[in-house]
Amino acid sequence: MVKLVATSPAAGLVPLRHGSVMLSEVEATHITSVAPLDGKAKSVSAALKKAIGAEFPDPNRMTGKDGARVVWTGPGQAMVLGPEVALKGAALTDQSDAWTWLVLEGTDAAAVLARLTPVDLRDSVFEVGHAARTLLFHMTATLIRTGAERWEILVFRSMAKTAVHDLEEAMRSVAAQAGR
Amino acid sequence: MQVTCPQCGPRDSREFTYRGHALLCDRPAPEAGGAAWDEYLHNRENPAGWTEELWYHGPCATWLVAERNTETHAFRATRTAAERGK
Repeated sequence: MVKLVATSPAAGLVPLRHGSVMLSEVEATHITSVAPLDGKAKSVSAALKKAIGAEFPDPNRMTGKDGARVVWTGPGQAMVLGPEVALKGAALTDQSDAWTWLVLEGTDAAAVLARLTPVDLRDSVFEVGHAARTLLFHMTATLIRTGAERWEILVFRSMAKTAVHDLEEAMRSVAAQAGR
Repeated sequence: MQVTCPQCGPRDSREFTYRGHALLCDRPAPEAGGAAWDEYLHNRENPAGWTEELWYHGPCATWLVAERNTETHAFRATRTAAERGK
């Protein structure tokens, strides 16, 4: 019988370090899409708060903390990152295996991202706790700022190799220009 | 060029796709007749100046209605397509 071995989307591609910036992968946990049904937004938010300590986020925001986070991904939709959830009044889909979940951190992390995404990454605009559905070079991505110099990036699993390649090119370039 | 997504705020136009004139929101009833459907499907004004267009913000999956000036490419008010229907 064939023995199947579970592997993460970016296994063998990361960790990478160039200059001050490190690219790594978040260890596999649960990713669940939560879409409250009509008129259930408030009760679903309250149920989330009770279950994992993080309510349903406003547009372009995240709630919660490391290990139990909810990030806005579109009108009436958010992703629960970390814990497994069971809620009433919302459409839930298990997307744990669908996403490549990367972490970009270091002094020049924002400079690296700025080469790939059109959103305004300045501290005064994109604060810690903010999130965005935007582009990472040619692909759609979710960006979450989890620290002053730490960003989490989610792209479709099938895009793992391209995303890591694009990020590494930018990391090399920023490191070379900074003479690091 | 920037477009303002009603959900996400001002974003680079790369994130958006043009999806035709906003009158696509006003679909005639099935029994409205050939003339109404001909108008809906085929006939468009080609104004020099302000017009109302449908745009799609792919990253957050929002359909929006934008007022755009065809002479200057300036964008004015944007709102979600759902709001326009109300």
